[in-house]
Amino acid sequence: MKNTRPKLAVWKFASCDGCQLSLLDCEDELLAVAGAIEIAMFPEASSAMVEGPYDVSLVEGSITTPHDAERIHEVRAQSGTLITIGACATAGGIQALRNFADVEEFTRAVYASPEYIDTLGQSTPIADHVQVDFELRGCPIDKGQLLEVLSAFLNRRKPRIPSHSVCVECKRRGTVCVMVAQGSACLGPVTHAGCGALCPTYDRACFGCFGPTERANSASLTEWWRRELGVPEPDVGRAYHTFNTWAEPFRSAGDTKDTQR
Amino acid sequence: MHEAPEIHRPQPPTKPGCDRAKSSHQTQRRRGKIPDVTVVVARDSFDTLFAALARRGYECVGPTVRDGAIVYDRLRSPEDLPRGWTDEQAPGHYRLHRRNDEALFGYVVGPHSWKKFVFPPERRLWQLRRGDQGFERVDEPSAPPRYAFLGVRACELAALGIQDRVFAGGEYAEPHYRDTRAAALVIAVECTESAATCFCDSMNTGPGVDAGFDLALTEVLGDEHVFVARAGSDRGAEILAELPTRAATAAELDAARAGVENAADQQQRRIDPEALPELMAASYESPRWEQIAERCLSCANCTLACPTCFCSDVEDVSDLTGEHAERWRRWDSCFNPGFSYLYGGEVRKTTASRYRQWLTHKLGSWVAQFGSSGCVGCGRCITWCPVGIDLIEEVAQLRGAQS
Repeated sequence: MKNTRPKLAVWKFASCDGCQLSLLDCEDELLAVAGAIEIAMFPEASSAMVEGPYDVSLVEGSITTPHDAERIHEVRAQSGTLITIGACATAGGIQALRNFADVEEFTRAVYASPEYIDTLGQSTPIADHVQVDFELRGCPIDKGQLLEVLSAFLNRRKPRIPSHSVCVECKRRGTVCVMVAQGSACLGPVTHAGCGALCPTYDRACFGCFGPTERANSASLTEWWRRELGVPEPDVGRAYHTFNTWAEPFRSAGDTKDTQR
Repeated sequence: MHEAPEIHRPQPPTKPGCDRAKSSHQTQRRRGKIPDVTVVVARDSFDTLFAALARRGYECVGPTVRDGAIVYDRLRSPEDLPRGWTDEQAPGHYRLHRRNDEALFGYVVGPHSWKKFVFPPERRLWQLRRGDQGFERVDEPSAPPRYAFLGVRACELAALGIQDRVFAGGEYAEPHYRDTRAAALVIAVECTESAATCFCDSMNTGPGVDAGFDLALTEVLGDEHVFVARAGSDRGAEILAELPTRAATAAELDAARAGVENAADQQQRRIDPEALPELMAASYESPRWEQIAERCLSCANCTLACPTCFCSDVEDVSDLTGEHAERWRRWDSCFNPGFSYLYGGEVRKTTASRYRQWLTHKLGSWVAQFGSSGCVGCGRCITWCPVGIDLIEEVAQLRGAQS
């Protein structure tokens, strides 16, 4: 019986570990996960590591070093289904802020011996390097969505991960629009759903953790922020320059005069 | 117990709005048994009203202040009503302000509509469990919730009438909607003020009410804070009979009528519903759609705030073990990616085509499909569009481009 369970591997690249911890965070469902899947390779959880190949790989983090740019190909080669988890793996993460600047200048400023630092000029998503079968968004990912993707994989069906805006989640919950009723600069209308409208439900504008929607019209949203809500120019740039800063159209929307160096 | 309630089906409006406002205080009775009187209920009698509703097993839902807006939620007592509040609305803009009186209904419609009760945003339709004999289907409980809707505005009565036709009007009724709607008691409140986004007068759906309610109230803030009240059904008449009432004075009737006329007169936004189907059909290739798409976020707020939009998605989910599956229905929108997905791709890929689909259906083809416009003039799509796209303005632009 044990051998018939699909083998799961969890891989880490440049990231904070928050997304893979979502798997351990499953708590109530963790035993069911372990019953359905053999967690074969998950260094964060266990030092017992089973060799590949793996039926499904969860990949966290972005590619920021020459070493990782090679390693991701090895991961791809021994993975049946490759699912990226989180904003780093799907968009380059917060560390993609380096893409707008000179990374050597950073290493000179931060490290006493920058010659030991072997890093790339850009932080890039996994899909820039290898073929990805499914991208799960979020910073961090939603554990309910992770379970849904794993359930869909196990049952050989399409994951039910809606790609509409966060606004749809607000409206379904009955959350009052913080942009219309309070004038908050909310990224919800251009942000991919998945969090369940967490921030607006707690009276805070959306941070855009799940990245842009397919047809995100950030130019129109930003224009409204400037003209009607009076959002200062530096704040416009900062709003887009977060966890999904390298994902278009957040990339160009955040690249305002005030955020350019 | 009450007789089996029927679903109210307002006729497609034909009269100009001002006639409607005046006629709303003529007693129009749908059935003979209802006493033909207009009476006055004191503000202080709302406790008695709530008790009468509770005695009949109704869960009273209606307007209350939450998160900077007037939303629809459970009301435990008259204290939960937005006493002394009003709303300021404009394209993409909503704010609450204090009034200088104690009005209970001194505002118009907010982000919610009654559709969230009769057509819930998310609803599990059934479950499957794997058993010895294959899958066993577990249906949801069929007993509908028993709501008393307190504070239903004229445009919202029209919206409920439209949803009645959509969900329960044909041969194949949606059972949860049909049963919830039939069980619901409707207490309408006529508008005596309008927001800047209101245009019910020109849509012939308000601000006065003349059918489709169990009870109708008009708030009068004179020397005495009272409500002019009419029953619209036997159920409503029974409840009214339990409240302390007295005959309305001529002055009170005049004040109520003047309030409704005031609401109609305040409306600056106007639209010509009769001409819209033709305009929509003629505007199919208008360059205006691309211009709207430059501003439209395709975020779906307009459709979800709209009290008549009825689109939903049905999704099947299974758990990790594959032993248990569920089917859910969720609010969807013609602006959502994947909404028009057929084999090979989306029928409407662009925002321009999605907005065109929404507006031409709402104002145009809806008439041929359901016998009335899909728009009731509530203005929610204007207020709750995050970038303030104004349906009235877009119609004017389409008309201007045509002539």
